[in-house]
Amino acid sequence: MTTGPGAGTTVELVKLTKAYGATVAVNAIDLRIAAGSYCCLLGPSGCGKTSTLRMIAGHEDVSNGDLLIGDRVVNDEPPAARGTAMMFQSYALFPHLDCVDNVAFSLKMKGVPVEERRRKAREMLDLVDMGKYAARLPAQLSGGQQQRVALARALITRPGVLLLDEPLSALDPFLRDRMREELKRLHRELGITFIHVTHSQTEAMALADLVVVMNQGRIEQAGPPRELFNHPHTAFVARFIGGHNVIRSADGLRAVRADRVQLGGGDLRTDATVRALEYHGTSVHLSLDVAGADEFAVIVDEARFYDAPLAIGAPVQIGWNHADAHPLAS
Amino acid sequence: MTVTAAHAPPDPAVSGRVPSGHVPPTTKPGGGAVRARRWRRLAPYLQAAPLAVTLVLFLLIPILTILVVSFWDYDSVRVIPDFVLTNYAELLTSPVTWKTYLNTLKFAGLTWAITLVIGFTVAYFLAFHVHSTVWQMVLFLVCTIPFWTSNIIRMISWIPFLGRNGLLNSTLIAAGVIDQPLEFLLFSDFSVVLAYVHLNALFMVVPIFNSMMRIDRALVEAARDAGAKGWQVVWNVILPLSKPGIAIGSIFVVTLVMGDFITVRLMSGGQSASIGLMIANEISLLQYPAAAANAVILLAVVLLMVAAMLRVVDIRKEL
Repeated sequence: MTTGPGAGTTVELVKLTKAYGATVAVNAIDLRIAAGSYCCLLGPSGCGKTSTLRMIAGHEDVSNGDLLIGDRVVNDEPPAARGTAMMFQSYALFPHLDCVDNVAFSLKMKGVPVEERRRKAREMLDLVDMGKYAARLPAQLSGGQQQRVALARALITRPGVLLLDEPLSALDPFLRDRMREELKRLHRELGITFIHVTHSQTEAMALADLVVVMNQGRIEQAGPPRELFNHPHTAFVARFIGGHNVIRSADGLRAVRADRVQLGGGDLRTDATVRALEYHGTSVHLSLDVAGADEFAVIVDEARFYDAPLAIGAPVQIGWNHADAHPLAS
Repeated sequence: MTVTAAHAPPDPAVSGRVPSGHVPPTTKPGGGAVRARRWRRLAPYLQAAPLAVTLVLFLLIPILTILVVSFWDYDSVRVIPDFVLTNYAELLTSPVTWKTYLNTLKFAGLTWAITLVIGFTVAYFLAFHVHSTVWQMVLFLVCTIPFWTSNIIRMISWIPFLGRNGLLNSTLIAAGVIDQPLEFLLFSDFSVVLAYVHLNALFMVVPIFNSMMRIDRALVEAARDAGAKGWQVVWNVILPLSKPGIAIGSIFVVTLVMGDFITVRLMSGGQSASIGLMIANEISLLQYPAAAANAVILLAVVLLMVAAMLRVVDIRKEL
């Protein structure tokens, strides 16, 4: 690989809007993604994250606003002129071409001679560990293998930005974890900008430098995963990234992390009843009925819980410290 | 289960043996059980019977008859049951046969090439440039409108249009484009091929359209993402993935043209010939054995052409 670290490009969205007739899928969003960072667009289905990605890729027209890749406005450029490459959710491998020709496709379009493009495609397949499957057709590969080929096909264009549309959602849990590591490794080695669409907050937390939580065509919050997790701005973000309780109090909404709630301790206390409990190995997850909250979860260290175990239906006093309750915008 | 049962004695109760493994030893098969088992064995054959009978009656027997008759002898008034090779010998050594085959192949080739271009273009437009399903259906139905009238009427309606004093010639003369009427328009190879294309283009459009509708739209985006321009997408992605449809359409068009006689007769004004027309003429002269021999050769040639097409393209995934 000649593409070393630092080969990534910045991506900037300025009041970017996508409307389908009267429906606004993406509503004037502003976002700056630094060169070489790993950005995850996170949100429930229909939140506009895929439309945003497809606009960046050039497969969807921009209705309004500007899209900058590097320092150029690329609103009207065709996909291949943007320096982006997209990996499709269904992988979209050409069923009539073997792995080598799939990967070499973009070089063929550029008119690279057949020997040279096949050699480069094989190198790229080696990079994703698919060298020995070079002569297979996509139908003869498993989902995970197809994905690696799709990745190689996207990377051979030497993009400054790699766009991934729900890349892990079609894989089984075991493969998903392995591919996640693999994506992280590739990101580190190639140094290009990754923009990854997902609805899984675990995936976003595990991978991203910059998590962008979207809801109803708008960005709810964008920031590093730790910042998002420790300082969610809105109730939507607190609920969507999980591990938080949203509490209505006299002075507005508050978020409290489930693992910061204490059983029988803390500055602020309230009464609750145990509704359900799950044993998770290192911890025990309790669901409680609490006045003023629809759902209330507590994560307790396993050993601590079994020092004074609780049964379902048992009353319990819970509490948390002032510092652990973050105010939320409503 | 069915395979083993087929090899088992026909009636275990009579032969005194029970096929091992099928009936638990504790239950003794009564008469009802035997009958039920026999029914189960017969059922698939009964289900296949109607189609098998139809094919035997209306396909196999006629073809065998033709094959048998092709070895018979004949004179000007009779057909004589016999086994002679003269029909084939005369057919294959006559230069007229070869010329006619060449002519028929020329018609088939031209019609195939033109309907392929038209069929691919129309199907491509319908499948990839008409985005609303409603419009797709409407335009598709528009393509079928010519099929609501009979072939003969559609052919004959070309005559007043293309004739020496027809609509086209008089319009062109009136517009000052030409001085003399164009003679090649009617009763020529041109008009024959025109009619063939007119009659058969839809048989190319439909299967190609069907193939194209199965192409994942993400593949087109993936190709564009990889830098393919419009025609590169068509050439490198859509064309290869439409091959099964092209093969099916080609089989329709080629077999229809190879077997045709009425279009050639009407549109060439008797100045051109095809194998079908040759057979029709032999039948009208009551030379059934000669016609039969000709038909057998034509069948063999068409089957070879179809086999060749199927070797090039695997159409199984379309069926």
